[in-house]
Amino acid sequence: MSTSDSGRRFTVTRAVAEAIAQEMQRDPNVFVMGEDIAKLGGVFGNTRGLLELFGPERIRDTPISETAFIGAGVGAAAEGMRPIVELMFIDFFGVCFDAIYNLAAKQSYFSGGQVKCPLVLMTYAGGGYGDAGQHSQCVWSSFAHMPGLKVVVPSNAYDAKGLMISAIRDDNPVVFIGHKALQGMGWLGTEKGSIVEVPEASYTVPLGQAKTVRTGRDITIVGLALTVHQALEAADQLGKEGIDAEVIDLRSLVPLDRKAIIDSVRKTGRLLVVDEDYTSYSVSAEVIATVVEHDVRMLKAAPRRIAYPDVVIPFSRPMEQFALPNVEKIVTAVREMAARAPAHA
Amino acid sequence: MSHQPTAEQKIWMYRHMLLSRAYENTLQTIYMEGKTPVFNMAHGTIPGEMHLSQGQEPCAVGVCAHLTAADSITATHRPHHIAIAKGVDLKRMTAEIFGKRDGLSGGRGGHMHLFDSKVRFCCSGIIAQGMGPAVGMALARKLSGKPGVAVSFIGEGAANQGAFHEALNLASLWKLPVVFVIEDNAWGISVAKHASTSVSVNSMRAGAYSMPGIEVLDNDPIAIFQEAGEAIARARRGEGPTLIEIETDRLAGHFMGDAEGYRPVGELDRLKARDPIPRMKALLLAERVLDESAASKIEREAQKVVDDAVTFARQSPYPQPLEALEKLYA
Repeated sequence: MSTSDSGRRFTVTRAVAEAIAQEMQRDPNVFVMGEDIAKLGGVFGNTRGLLELFGPERIRDTPISETAFIGAGVGAAAEGMRPIVELMFIDFFGVCFDAIYNLAAKQSYFSGGQVKCPLVLMTYAGGGYGDAGQHSQCVWSSFAHMPGLKVVVPSNAYDAKGLMISAIRDDNPVVFIGHKALQGMGWLGTEKGSIVEVPEASYTVPLGQAKTVRTGRDITIVGLALTVHQALEAADQLGKEGIDAEVIDLRSLVPLDRKAIIDSVRKTGRLLVVDEDYTSYSVSAEVIATVVEHDVRMLKAAPRRIAYPDVVIPFSRPMEQFALPNVEKIVTAVREMAARAPAHA
Repeated sequence: MSHQPTAEQKIWMYRHMLLSRAYENTLQTIYMEGKTPVFNMAHGTIPGEMHLSQGQEPCAVGVCAHLTAADSITATHRPHHIAIAKGVDLKRMTAEIFGKRDGLSGGRGGHMHLFDSKVRFCCSGIIAQGMGPAVGMALARKLSGKPGVAVSFIGEGAANQGAFHEALNLASLWKLPVVFVIEDNAWGISVAKHASTSVSVNSMRAGAYSMPGIEVLDNDPIAIFQEAGEAIARARRGEGPTLIEIETDRLAGHFMGDAEGYRPVGELDRLKARDPIPRMKALLLAERVLDESAASKIEREAQKVVDDAVTFARQSPYPQPLEALEKLYA
């Protein structure tokens, strides 16, 4: 990392705002619209300062009309613009999913490639702060399930800037999901690991590349967003017990870097997936299926997952915290998996 | 009225009404190939749902007479008349409807998902889905300074969708160059407009969004031309959106195979008696814009264009199965 960037330890919000600003300076077709993204700078902060830089035509507050303004994003994209459209809470997709999965995701296919949809749908997921089940969900697997969308979920400021620039430049709809505990908003608490050095110069992180954030020999722990940080902390604890865990940050759900997952499990022989989204029909299921379909003989133990149980997210803190993934659950699961005799000698 | 069609425009409208009617009548016949004696939607030259537009031609020609390829249209699940009036490549459109490789989208879309980017036409199978995109197409022009307007066609049933109200509000709030055209054929499949809609005329809903609301009665192509002309001119002048509701007639079922048991006895006969095509012809003859021989020449030409498109579609190969996996991403 260049020395001139030392001290540029950024939150995710600052990194994303810088990414958008740099792309808006580079390309006049880029603009942002959504609820409270102009004067307020976004409820989760990703557009702070942009109104002052670019004015209200290109940094555009919208009414609470997600169907209309996401649909408008698709229409503007069809005419050559590159809109970034904010869906404040990912939970709100229920009021506008038609514009996302039936419209944006199908533009290229149904037009036989005539019409492009270079749209970034920027939204926020995650709970643990007492907001209950209409404002705490992850539901990223619901987006990843739909062909035609790309989906990224950064875990730190460096990846967030590089993934946002890649997303803006991509000719397809990209769902860019921030985790609320990683944004750097004081009122939400912030996972410290998300604040990292961010180069000022523009750079990209390619869509579809996972990152091995800790190398190890004994088990592969796959996480995304907040659970990457939990996995890293668990790996540190397990290291003291002599268990050497490898941690993979998926970063991108679509395209999914299946090779990175398979290569790691080939080495370690064990797989634990940690995901804050609901358990069933999910990213955790897809990662395990990827390995099992590829070669089940790589596995020395049955793969496991720690994910949100298939219930509505409750408000009350004891129930809410019980259901979320955490470091202790990861440590316990890994100990159990490591203790088992190899499934295939 | 400032927007009076010239003789040339009237002939253009009549020609495209006839072309559209010939097209739909021809598809109606071809659709049944392979579907008798047992009707199975999956069988035949054209599988799937088929929503035909006979009777609604005036809406398409009265609006599209004012548009060029620089203007954008989003249309509905009943799109053929609008596509034809917008100048969509009829051969490739027919190949698309037949599921052939030379179709507009290589057979991936079919009749409800027609895209022709050369003339900025698209349509979709979800009620009111095109309204948000039309707002965005207009916004893109405002932001980039590119010329043109956007027109969103919907049916009267779409006026009860949330997307309708969101889109009208947004278009008016941002004063965008977009025109919303409701083709009111009085039926949402089997539910009559009066049984689904709290207002008698949807154009009065425009008042809730501070935009002009225009009602055009009697499926009259000349009146549609006049009102659409003013609405599109307003949009081009930067004066914002307009909502137009056109009273039109659906002479066929909601889709092919619809037994239409919901229609009151005698309704279809009454509608056929006011079929807009003979009425337009009578008008043009009376005004001496056309004579009988010129009119029948236009008829023959229309059928020839349709037949050529059908021949093209029949001769086009089917896509390879593996092509299903292409074009998902740009």
